[in-house]
Formats: sequence, C-alpha cells, structure tokens
Amino acid sequence: MNPRKKKAEKDVEEDINELEVKLKSSKEILPEKIYNELVEKLNKSNLSIRKKIDVVEETIRRYILSMIQPGEPVGTVAAQSIGEPGTQMTLRTFHYAGLMEFDVTLGLPRLIEIVDARHEPSTPIMRVYLDEENRNDLEKAKEIARRIEYTIISNVVSEISYVLGEPRIQIEIDRDMLEDKGVTPEEIIEAIEKLKIGEANIDENNSNIINVELSNDVMPEEELYDTKAFNEIISKIRKTYLKGIKGIKKTMIQEKSYEENGVKKKEYVILTEGSNLAEVMKIKGVDSKRIETNNIVEISQVLGIEAGRNAIIKEILDVLQNSGLDVDIRHVMLVADMMTWTGKIRQIGRLGVVGEKPSVIARAAFEVTINQIYNAAITGEDEKFFGVTESISAGLIPKVGTGIVMLGMGATPIKPSINNTENK
Amino acid sequence: MPSKLREEDKILGHYLVPKHRILSLEESVEVLKSLGIKPWQLPRISINDPVVKILGGKPGDIIEIERDSPTAGKYKAYRVVVSY
Repeated sequence: MNPRKKKAEKDVEEDINELEVKLKSSKEILPEKIYNELVEKLNKSNLSIRKKIDVVEETIRRYILSMIQPGEPVGTVAAQSIGEPGTQMTLRTFHYAGLMEFDVTLGLPRLIEIVDARHEPSTPIMRVYLDEENRNDLEKAKEIARRIEYTIISNVVSEISYVLGEPRIQIEIDRDMLEDKGVTPEEIIEAIEKLKIGEANIDENNSNIINVELSNDVMPEEELYDTKAFNEIISKIRKTYLKGIKGIKKTMIQEKSYEENGVKKKEYVILTEGSNLAEVMKIKGVDSKRIETNNIVEISQVLGIEAGRNAIIKEILDVLQNSGLDVDIRHVMLVADMMTWTGKIRQIGRLGVVGEKPSVIARAAFEVTINQIYNAAITGEDEKFFGVTESISAGLIPKVGTGIVMLGMGATPIKPSINNTENK
Repeated sequence: MPSKLREEDKILGHYLVPKHRILSLEESVEVLKSLGIKPWQLPRISINDPVVKILGGKPGDIIEIERDSPTAGKYKAYRVVVSY
C-alpha cells in the first residue's frame, strides 16, 4: 500500500478521535439543548472531519462569549428590552379573531395586567381541553360545556308573573334556552322546591308554565296585595342556581386540529368566559393536564408558584408574539423569577418588587416619594447605596459593570519601605 | 380517599407544573455549598403552596425543581420552604 495513503488514513482516524474528545468536552460546557442541536446538525452535514472540529470549537467559543458577565445589570437590560418594544404595542382591546363574541385583552393593557399581578384579569378566559374519550365527539363536548356553564333560573325562563291577591307565581319556561343549556323542567321544579317557598308544579293546560303555590309562611294573607313582597320572591327565584360552575359566564366550543403519530386529527375545545380553574379541573371528562386559564394568580393558587412562573412567561410571550414583537425569552424569564421570588406572585410596582427594595432612595425615586421618605425617617432606615438607582441619585458609581470591581491593595508589602524611609 | 389522590395527580400532572423534590439534609448542604450561599438567599416557596402540601414539605426544607427551559433544556432550580 502507498505509504502516503496509509498516513492519510491514520490522520483521518486521529481526527475522528479528536472530534469525539471535543464533543465530549463540549457536552460539559454547553447546555443540553444546544449540545443536542449541535450533534444533530453535525450528523446531517457533509463537512469534512477537520471542519466539524472547527464547528465544535466555534460553538463553544461563541457560547462562552454569549454568557453574561459578572456585574452585568441584567435587570436594567431586561426592563429596557421589554419596555422599548412595549412602546409599539397596541392600546386597544381586540375582539378575538374568528367567530367569537367575547373580548380578549391583548397588547399593552394585557402586559400591564400581567406585571401588575391583578387578581382577576379584565377578560378571564379558560381553554378547557377534553380527555381522549370525549375530545372527538361534539355531542359529548356540548354536554361537558353545559356542566361547566353557570346557569341560574333567569337564564332559562322567559317570564315570571303573578296576580295580585293570589298566592301563586307563574314561571314561563323558554324551551329553546332549556334545550341549549340542557336543563329539564323537573330540575327547575326541584331547584324551586329547595327554596322552600311553596309547591311547584307544571301547569295542567300548558307544559311550558310552572305554577308555584306560595305557602302561607312566605306569603301571608295581609301581604297578598303587596307588589314588593312578590318582587322579592321573584328575584330570589331568578337567582336560583341550577347547574354549572360559579364564575363561568359563557362557554363556546371550538374545533382545533392536532397531530397524533403524524396523522392530523380534530378535537373539540371548550372556551369559557370567566375562569375557575379549581372547579373545572374536577369536572369529569376534562383533560386536567392541559387545561388553560389566563388568570395567573389563580394558577399560582391552584397549581403552585412554579406553575405561576411558567404561566407568566407563557402569557408575556403570547402578548409579545401577538403584537409581532421579538423579545428574548431570558428577559421574560428574569421578570417571572422576580415576580415569584417570595413564593407568591408579586406585582412589579409600588406594592411588589419595587416597594420591597431595601433602599429608601430607590423606592422614593419610583413612586410616592414623600411618603417613602417620611416612613423611612420614622422607622430609622439605613441607606447602604448598594443598588443602581440610589447610587446614581447620590452621584456615586453604581455597583454594576466595571463599578463592581474593588481594587484592594495589601498593606503589608508597603510597610517595610515606609519603615525604611523613617529609619533613614 | 381515592378522590383526594386523584386531585393530587391532577395538580402534579398539569403541564405547567415542573417536577418538585424535597432534598434530604445532606443534599441540601451540598447544594448550598456548591452555590456558595445561605438558605435565606434562595427564592422561597410557601408552605401553603399546593405542590409543597402534596409533598409534605416543612419550613426550612429545600425543594429542587427541574425546570424546562427553552434556552437551556433542563436545569435545576431551588427554593426554600417558608412558613408564610
């Protein structure tokens, strides 16, 4: 065999070994995701082994360069990176794209709502996914939606009337609504009888009318001509609970396509206006693993603070993407970390993250300056000038970037020279 | 109580909830040493947090959370259980 060829083969073998070593060392430096992507891309490419080694080396170099440096004011950078695109966001509340008749807050108002950690978003919405049994069946989806939707008697009746002088109230049922909500007249009668105001029966001549014979305790004879007494009872009947979950005002069924083993399939998803995560999760037929709500505080109460953190990230990214803005996820993650630091969702503002800063001047520079300084004076707070805001206010070098570096000089080596000069 | 158990599974199985684990004392010491910090410097998690309740954490326990990150793949975060 040609000795030169043999040498070349040996070189290739060495190169392959080197590539393996390089990849192994890169695994320790690079995060899992980048490493997997690197390996995948290298396997696909038809570069020479030498070039592949270069690629690995360059990846490591770039990764190390892109790491945050000590002293970098990440909070300020995050605030600017989210704040600047925020100026381009819409100020309007949009209707949901599509056929839906309910509003969804998007854009800047929604972003403010998230970082303010409101207990109730202005347009709470849930997306209720169904489990495998029910998700491909429209009828079953409708049935579950009916069980979720909050229904009271006034939703299913068209008129409630009475005649002065007779201890009787007539309720006229709206058949269409009854069918829509999936309620039977018997259920209405049962609900009314639970109120203990008298006996309820379906009228003999008209099956759409329920007669409620008021008992003597509720409607004594001397009150029979009192409209106020009647109206009180009627409003009580109207508000009577029939079925559903409190807080869910409206439901709507939406079709959604998904992929399973490469096959496209359709599933039905229930959208709700109003949110009640804890109760909806208990409903049978609901896929509790995928259920979504846009009420972040509720998520953190029902599913824990870590779920709340993930929800903040998801919601902020959703808002930014809807507005067509590209903000790096790490800024958003930092915001979410700050908001969930104490184990409860804190707002970014006077009552939350900023209000809990240790520095008086930093707090005073934000909002309610005079109050902050008064209270600090009363409680005798110290100002340590650790942060950026207070350092700049006082004209000091903030402890960020190069300002974080302290130059220390040992006193011992100089001592002898001083002694020497004194001696001389 | 089968119904209670199911509720726990529902919370832990939700896609927003990452994996939580209570560290043993030895592991806690090791983690704090490697990070070079004291327990009070860690982010907190309330003892009333639903996941902590399920795991049965006590104040002072350190909880390891395996977070999914779009930038780093999987990484571990720590929180200390507080009593409020």
